[in-house]
Amino acid sequence: MRLRDSPAAKIGASIAIATGLYGVSFGALSVASGMDFWQTMALSLLLFSGGSQFAFIGVIAGGGSGVAAMSASALLGIRNGVYGMQLNALLRPTGWRRFAAAHVTIDESTATATGQGDTAEAKRGFWVAGLGIFVFWNIMTAVGAFIGDAMGDPKQWGLDGAAVAAFLALLWPRIKGFQPAAIAVVCAVVTLLAVPLVPPGIPILVAAVAAALIGWFRPAPDQGHDNDGMEPDLDPYQHDAVTRHGGPAGSGEPRGRQA
Amino acid sequence: MNLWIWVLLAAAIAYLTKLLGYLVPAKVLANPRMSHVAGTLTIGLLASLTVVNAAASGTAVVLDARIGALVAAAIALWFKAPFLVVVLAGAAAAAGLRLLGWP
Repeated sequence: MRLRDSPAAKIGASIAIATGLYGVSFGALSVASGMDFWQTMALSLLLFSGGSQFAFIGVIAGGGSGVAAMSASALLGIRNGVYGMQLNALLRPTGWRRFAAAHVTIDESTATATGQGDTAEAKRGFWVAGLGIFVFWNIMTAVGAFIGDAMGDPKQWGLDGAAVAAFLALLWPRIKGFQPAAIAVVCAVVTLLAVPLVPPGIPILVAAVAAALIGWFRPAPDQGHDNDGMEPDLDPYQHDAVTRHGGPAGSGEPRGRQA
Repeated sequence: MNLWIWVLLAAAIAYLTKLLGYLVPAKVLANPRMSHVAGTLTIGLLASLTVVNAAASGTAVVLDARIGALVAAAIALWFKAPFLVVVLAGAAAAAGLRLLGWP
């Protein structure tokens, strides 16, 4: 099958455009947080994981230290390791492809791949989404960083409010049941209690410890992933029906997702 | 500036985390409890980052225009607005409240 006839490649391309576009908000918020243009680009080019990038600049914007920013970003990136495992089982990349696949292993490329019915389609979806997002995300990050630089006082434009909205939008699609909602509330409260007691940036790490302890001692009621936030935070609105419930590839159950 | 060190270290850790999933035999990491913790960690961190960016100012908890951004974003998400619209709603709410004189 040629690439442009592949349903998975089409899904991957539409996800790449939609996700890449919001790189503009990352670029603008990153320079507003005090990062310079090339530091912003380094995060998009080298770190390349939306949640971790927003976490890094979110800690810096709040006056946190570089090491706190790095820690928050690293902890938020752990799920990518789990995605890597699922994708390795599903796609079995070899040689240099394995190292390239690792770099573009993010929520959206994982969701595109695991939503397909057969391995060939999963491969096409993964690479089109992963590489497509990488290209668009970096272009739009640069555009956003230029806009942010030109804007002057970020507060006047409400850019600090935009950051709040971005984090809530990243969290929202993961709240799919009682346990994730309870974890979110507990961690929010823990954060508020910790803010006056420890230096900026550290409350986020305190909340991370709380979340990890809850996860360790209160396993999911069923062994499925549907309720514990390990569903990739793929654009939950337009693409959900396509990639999670069969879609044009005529697939049944998503593959490669482990129990 | 030494923020560069942390940017590059964060990037290296992010890549190695992804790569680890491909290199470590599945059996080693295929512990349901581990992936559950990865999931709860993601939710907890995003909830915490939301709250810090909405209500923390240094080491003080404050109520300012950013709370308006939080409410506006929640309303936009409730109505299934796309990511960029949610972000713009947050920015507009914070900027608007400041025009009205809220800090």
